[in-house]
Amino acid sequence: MISQLSWKIGGQQGEGVESTDRIFSTALNRLGYYLYGYRHFSSRIKGGHTNNKIRISTKPIRAISDDLDILVAFDQESIDLNAGELRPGGVIVADAKFDPKVPEGVQAQLFAVPITKIAEDLGTSLMKNMVASGASWALLGLPMEVFNRAVEEEFGRKGAAVVEKNIEAVKRGGDFVLEQAGGPLEAFRLEEADGKQKLFMIGNEALGLGSIAAGCRLMSAYPITPASEIMEYLIKKLPKFGGTVIQTEDEIAAVTMAIGANYGGVRTMTASAGPGLSLMMEAIGLSGMTETPLVVIDTQRGGPSTGLPTKQEQSDINALIYGTHGEIPKVVIAPSTIEECFYDMIEAFNIAEVYQVPVIVATDLQLSLGKQSCEPLDYDRISIERGKLVTEELEPNEPGKLFPRYAFAQDGVSPRVLPGAKNGIHHVTGVEHDQEGRPSESAVNRLKMMDKRLNKLASLRISDAVKFDGPSEPADLLVVSMGSTGGTINEAQDRLAQDGIASNHITVRQMHPFPNELIEPYLSRAKKVVVLENNATGQLANLIKQNVGYHDKIVNLLKYDGTPFLPSEIYKACKELN
Amino acid sequence: MATFKEFRNNVKPNWCPGCGDFSVQAAIQRAAANVGLEPEQLAVVSGIGCSGRISGYINAYGLHGIHGRALPIAQGVKLANRELTVIASGGDGDGFAIGMGHTVHAIRRNLDITYIVMDNQIYGLTKGQTSPRSAEGFKTKSTPEGSIESTLSPLEIALSAGATFVAQSFSSDLKQLTSLIEAGLSHKGFSLINVFSPCVTFNKVNTYDWFKENIVNLDQFPEYDPSNRIAAMTKIMETNGMLTGLIYQDKTRPSYEDLAVGFKPEALAKQDLKLSRESFDKLVKEFV
Repeated sequence: MISQLSWKIGGQQGEGVESTDRIFSTALNRLGYYLYGYRHFSSRIKGGHTNNKIRISTKPIRAISDDLDILVAFDQESIDLNAGELRPGGVIVADAKFDPKVPEGVQAQLFAVPITKIAEDLGTSLMKNMVASGASWALLGLPMEVFNRAVEEEFGRKGAAVVEKNIEAVKRGGDFVLEQAGGPLEAFRLEEADGKQKLFMIGNEALGLGSIAAGCRLMSAYPITPASEIMEYLIKKLPKFGGTVIQTEDEIAAVTMAIGANYGGVRTMTASAGPGLSLMMEAIGLSGMTETPLVVIDTQRGGPSTGLPTKQEQSDINALIYGTHGEIPKVVIAPSTIEECFYDMIEAFNIAEVYQVPVIVATDLQLSLGKQSCEPLDYDRISIERGKLVTEELEPNEPGKLFPRYAFAQDGVSPRVLPGAKNGIHHVTGVEHDQEGRPSESAVNRLKMMDKRLNKLASLRISDAVKFDGPSEPADLLVVSMGSTGGTINEAQDRLAQDGIASNHITVRQMHPFPNELIEPYLSRAKKVVVLENNATGQLANLIKQNVGYHDKIVNLLKYDGTPFLPSEIYKACKELN
Repeated sequence: MATFKEFRNNVKPNWCPGCGDFSVQAAIQRAAANVGLEPEQLAVVSGIGCSGRISGYINAYGLHGIHGRALPIAQGVKLANRELTVIASGGDGDGFAIGMGHTVHAIRRNLDITYIVMDNQIYGLTKGQTSPRSAEGFKTKSTPEGSIESTLSPLEIALSAGATFVAQSFSSDLKQLTSLIEAGLSHKGFSLINVFSPCVTFNKVNTYDWFKENIVNLDQFPEYDPSNRIAAMTKIMETNGMLTGLIYQDKTRPSYEDLAVGFKPEALAKQDLKLSRESFDKLVKEFV
């Protein structure tokens, strides 16, 4: 019995790779396994190699694996491109139609299943994904009922006949391969899972769900990879809560509409990726200057320019922190797990209103699109904090005076009133302004207003601004990361520990304002600090050097080829340092 | 009931004496009172430029945003609170140059807001450069040999983008302008009102006298039918866009808010934000 397994399906884009993966993993999730997915895809709809990889485990996992156990291939290209990942003794399930061959030097067992033929016999080659998934499911020897139920859910709306045909396709694929293999493969028999209910979703869905929980009722957005799933999820849900998603003409409209709606009193957000964020920067400045709450999600992808739009990168951090002209208070949060995607949205909306500032939530492609197990989400952790929002009736202002929307306050945050309120009339402008919001060029006012705005966030620390996930014994080696890479680091740490190398790991979750004092103690205790990030210039490492110091301890571990780190890469790099 | 005086505030506009924008300001104040609004029920969102300052000169909720983006901001305000009357305003540079993309799409979208453009055919605040509304051959600081680009026709663009309300007026004709703004505010959907608002400092060609000589006033043609889109387009082309009055109105098309499935008829801003445990459990269950 094994505790974990990696499965991959590859073919031409549009060939059913996605739906096969969906059904396969839904069934595994129902059995209680922990899953972590990785999508390899390109910016095209049909054609071009694509593959989805799932790691299946009886214990929590947050990383893709170095190697592969089972490869399901719709074409020889999928074998040629991916067989190298197979560990010795791995299995290839391929369509007999193209006369599959195991590449030289690869030790793998090949099962050529007449995938297309079985599907065609049943009426349509469209069902070949069902034949293929049925075959690989059967090899694992997992209970069939759970799988069939997932098939039923996928095709239920197309009618009973379609469901039945697909289930038959699954069965025939399974029967064929079992006869060839002489039964399920013993080497791939998974230990039973804990059976506990887990959620299975992509980060973008967790962000969307978190937004609804946070009270977000409007989203204005422009489609972009890898952010679009957020708007696609919310357009299905927000109308049920009286709100909507509006697809704008561009990202500038998306962000300014969100600012208008937040000013109007509805929690509203927008989401994009690097190119969109670049377009939004002027408006984010407006949010900062007018102290209008705003939440923006940046699902980072490969830059610069159009860059690698479907690949992993963490290279927007500098742009998010410094991208706005002039100086405004701004918060940048980087969730590092799927659960954090959910909870951080609640915190982001609260911070945006309590401090009246723009908040950017920065994920990365792997976190946004990687489908994975998510621990149950806690309803009781949802809280809505609206800060100094005035909801009670207001007394009339002195004649000739407006409501002092920008009144100087000890904490820099002034009472905020929503348009529509009697006696609340005030002016809002991106021009420097006085306490009533009227344009002012007075030097005295300017200094006070700048200080008021910029001091608002002095003490802000989000929950787990710097997350320590051990192990907690003293160690010379400290690994620092942000975003989705933590799980991979943890696996590398386990391997290092087996070699007697102790290490600690922290994840920086609050990217701005930088939580210097929370990072410093970890750095001071370590002898070597590896800062690991998916970019070419070491943006996180530079932030640490600039804000905390310890230049001579810091070593960059950078990967910017578009693919996520593998545990072995981190292990090797850390081992060499030692 | 508020009178137009209650829409005034004590801020002295920084417009040049004689600027057409003064009359636009007065017309908005009168129209708001005439349609029965209280100051707090009105939000005026404006762009950047001389005319963009208007949101600060009216006693109402005012938001002076960034250049070219008055429309998306105004649409956001309206989506947040349908009970508010929302006016977006700005100049021809704001709406027809940097913000043209938003103008076309706001027209298509047809949210229930009123867009008032103060069209002076020049960039005033930056001290005299060409605008998309400048005539060919018009000499400015940025086109010393005369503009060589064709003049943009916002009315034709509005009609072809599916506008449900298109009007044009002249700042000197306070009566017509006020009544057109009233009609725009009462229109259920997006209303575009382009106003010839002369720049007395930088535009020595398109002057008050020049407009008076060149304008065709539709109010003098009682047989003109503003519900006829083809006739409207023809009239715009016949007059080379130099016409005033209500040019086109489609009273049948519902606004975006009314078409959006599930979108609340009440102000979204007044809704309780807390999700019920039952709704939460239902949302989560989809991921099991």
